[in-house]
Amino acid sequence: IIVREEMKMIKMMMLMAMMMGVAMGDIIDKTCKQTPDYTLCVSLLRSDPRSSSADVVGLGLILVDKIKALGTETLGQINVAYKTKPMLKRALDECNGRYKTIVDVDVNTAIVAIKGNPKFAEGAIVDASVEASVCERGFPKGQSPVTGLTQRMDKICDVTRAIVRMLL
Amino acid sequence: MASTDALLPISAREEDPLLSDGSRSDPNSETPLRRRPFKGLLAVSFGLLFIAFYVALIATHDGSRSDDAKIDETETTMSRARLAGVSEKSNDQLWKLSGDRNAAAFAWNNSMLSWQRTAFHFQPEQNWMNGPLFYKGWYHFFYQYNPNAAVWGDIVWGHSVSKDLIHWVHLPLAMVADQWYDANGVWTGSATILPDGSIVMLYTGSTDKSVQVQNLAYPEDPNDPLLLKWVKFSGNPVLVPPPGILPKDFRDPTTAWKTSAGKWRITIGSKINRTGISLVYDTTDFKTFEKLDTLLHRVPNTGMWECVDFYPVSKTAVNGLDTSVNGPDVKHIVKASMDDTRIDHYAVGTYFDSNGTWIPDDPTIDVGISTSLRYDYGKFYASKTFYDQNKGRRILWGWIGESDSEYADVQKGWSSLQGIPRTVVLDTKTGKNLVQWPVEEIKSLRLSSKKFDIEVGPGSVVPVDVGSAAQLDIEAEFEIKKESLDKILGDASVMAEAEEFSCQTNGGSTVRGALGPFGFLVLTDDKLSEQTPVYFYVAKGKDSKLKTFFCTDTSRSSFANDVVKPIYGSSVPVLKGEKLTMRILVDHSIVEAFGQGGRTCITSRVYPTKAIYGATKLFLFNNAIDAAVTASFKVWQMNSAFIHPYSEDAVPTSIDEIPPNAVRRKIDSNWRGGFSLGVDLGLSRTGIAISKGYTVRPLTVLKSRGQKLETRLLEIAEEEEVDEFIIGLPRSSDGKETIQSNKVRSVAGRLAVQAAERGLKKSERQNREDAYAAVILLERYFSTQGLGTEIILPKSLDLQEKIKKGAFVDPDFFPEKLEENYTF
Repeated sequence: IIVREEMKMIKMMMLMAMMMGVAMGDIIDKTCKQTPDYTLCVSLLRSDPRSSSADVVGLGLILVDKIKALGTETLGQINVAYKTKPMLKRALDECNGRYKTIVDVDVNTAIVAIKGNPKFAEGAIVDASVEASVCERGFPKGQSPVTGLTQRMDKICDVTRAIVRMLL
Repeated sequence: MASTDALLPISAREEDPLLSDGSRSDPNSETPLRRRPFKGLLAVSFGLLFIAFYVALIATHDGSRSDDAKIDETETTMSRARLAGVSEKSNDQLWKLSGDRNAAAFAWNNSMLSWQRTAFHFQPEQNWMNGPLFYKGWYHFFYQYNPNAAVWGDIVWGHSVSKDLIHWVHLPLAMVADQWYDANGVWTGSATILPDGSIVMLYTGSTDKSVQVQNLAYPEDPNDPLLLKWVKFSGNPVLVPPPGILPKDFRDPTTAWKTSAGKWRITIGSKINRTGISLVYDTTDFKTFEKLDTLLHRVPNTGMWECVDFYPVSKTAVNGLDTSVNGPDVKHIVKASMDDTRIDHYAVGTYFDSNGTWIPDDPTIDVGISTSLRYDYGKFYASKTFYDQNKGRRILWGWIGESDSEYADVQKGWSSLQGIPRTVVLDTKTGKNLVQWPVEEIKSLRLSSKKFDIEVGPGSVVPVDVGSAAQLDIEAEFEIKKESLDKILGDASVMAEAEEFSCQTNGGSTVRGALGPFGFLVLTDDKLSEQTPVYFYVAKGKDSKLKTFFCTDTSRSSFANDVVKPIYGSSVPVLKGEKLTMRILVDHSIVEAFGQGGRTCITSRVYPTKAIYGATKLFLFNNAIDAAVTASFKVWQMNSAFIHPYSEDAVPTSIDEIPPNAVRRKIDSNWRGGFSLGVDLGLSRTGIAISKGYTVRPLTVLKSRGQKLETRLLEIAEEEEVDEFIIGLPRSSDGKETIQSNKVRSVAGRLAVQAAERGLKKSERQNREDAYAAVILLERYFSTQGLGTEIILPKSLDLQEKIKKGAFVDPDFFPEKLEENYTF
């Protein structure tokens, strides 16, 4: 009897969890399905507590925050690389400038424009991904200290751009 | 720049209860309209025969040009970011890095970036179109501007005026975001000129809650031809988003037109789900409106319609029409800027005044459908027309964004510009499309010209020697040789391709066809390593008829891998008996091409890295496989338009007493006397440029230093008979002088003394780039009318006296003054 009741409880809990999951994840799910990388989109958004009560504008802003954080992290890596790979100074300088543009210019434009006139945000996000690629290309093959980060930036920008386009 | 300090931007009426003290936006809106930070200028002046001169420093802030201060560069980049505008990227295509150029990432340098600045296009820091009008002798241009930061936002109204649509003068901001109803942006608007000559301006404000509303504003003083100050109506907003329309889908009201019922009518673009629509409102006083139940028009799946424009065109005449004109000889144009694709589309149709609706003549190319007509097949957005009652024409203006990276825009300190204004009329020959042409006032910029008649065989490239090739106006006529045409039309083995061909998908100008491509290579270097072809491609159709395409191929325009390089173009109607004609305006990083008298227009942004300065060349090419082509064309050198701020402030007394040449030109705009030598002192090289009369040109680059350099400068000054040196004064990004500044000052001081004592009156073309930096120094010196020039005089009073006596007038240069000096 105890086992049966426990089973009932478990089933009910599962049912409730499913329902909650469906209700909460609905807008995230719906939105992310329209982006080129559903899994990445969902994981980025779910990792931020604000996503549970955000509209599409809010989701876009969360992703722009992720871009900013990633850009800042990459700048840190670049700084480290000045000491560990001083022979790459020229390429590192270029990357420094490019990533500073992402973090200071593109991110700020995107934030203001998402709320006001989203196509300018799209432009800023596209630019962020270009800046990252240009930085990466500046290194001789295989010598970039930021390859993984650049690839991640590219993917996040793709997803973010798709979400911003929904606001047009 | 002092000009903006003198005048208040805007204030609402005092009795307005909504006005609160703290609502004014950042008073630092008087950011100087400085683009790329540049050197201050020192002017050393001396008379031809008299030992009179002085040294002047023009005080501006700038970034250091030293090559070795890496940390400084970063800081400079940061502060430049504050000044630069945001560029808008081409979003209609996924913008991935181009190129299999395996070389390391391309690094821009200042020389390449500073070349990109255009000479005769309107360029404030950041701008979108709105509210152009003609009033009391001046053309007014109000543009979207962010004075506070490098990001899009805080949009306010910049303001410039011109007598001729080409030479613009910057005025203080017309309107700022100081009310709750435009706190998040003073966006696009339109002016309506009432029958009594007064102006009403309707504009979109983004409220403090980011809701889009329409507001009314009018000039504070209608007697002020410069329309410096504007008043916002105390009852604003006059329109809010109606039921069913989302708060962010309601912007850009049009100029009003009179209905047959005697009311004023406007239209505002919007959307419902993915259907683009245009709402219609009637009003008698621009303060209260009634919304019509009908829409002007709607097209499914086109998304949000921005910057809607609605105007009549004559079916028979070539003049423009006032917006209120209607009648049997008139068609109406509906145009919208598509938010989704950043393309401006229009359609020709019929307007029904009784219910405020419009239907297109050809619904298959309805407004906004991807195949519908465009004003321009290149980079051209947010455009707008106005009726120029002064000359009876309708003028179209487009906003041309950048196609490069934000990083580069921050480096160069500016972003985006306006295309050259174009007249727009219905093509009376086809009746189905508009025809655009650069306003005729642009001809005032034409300097020297050369005429050519060249037969170009298949597969050949012909250099066109016109000297400097970065600022050109080209008018050309092409004819495919009749024998070639007949042969190819008759040859069954030549496949029909007209049905499949498009400029974008065909692969560009290197792909050879039977009857094309042929045209010009602009912004091209000697080796053709960077080139921008503007060309016709004539294709044979299945019915053996010919179809002509007009394209611009930027895919090989630059080695840079962080710029967008599309191939633009479209088919162009060519009627029986017409030759193929094209006109091209080249102005550094912008190319505007007009095919068949403006039936197809293409604007492109081009960012070469090698084909710059003296290396920019022009070529004629014919890449057809068999056909020979004759080209008859004329090429003009184009002068700069010297767009500059307007200043009522008095200049410092010393300049009044001993005005440098730029100030003398300000006082008398026809005066072109005085020769100035621009000197850009670099660490290892010194660029020299010279201004004589109407032109500024690079002279040479010197590699000597110290005393040898100074001696050489004096020799050059003597040979060229200049009467002043204009020397760049470097400062750090926060305006402070550096060690370099001191060195330059000492050089200037020594030059001042030595030139005075000497009694003053080759080009190794090693590296013209530095000499061009000196040209920019001189151009700025003139374009700012010597504003902020710091005069340096030799300490000796005797020498000062000599200077004050003034420059000798050279009779050879001013023949009209001969009579004053000589009796016959």
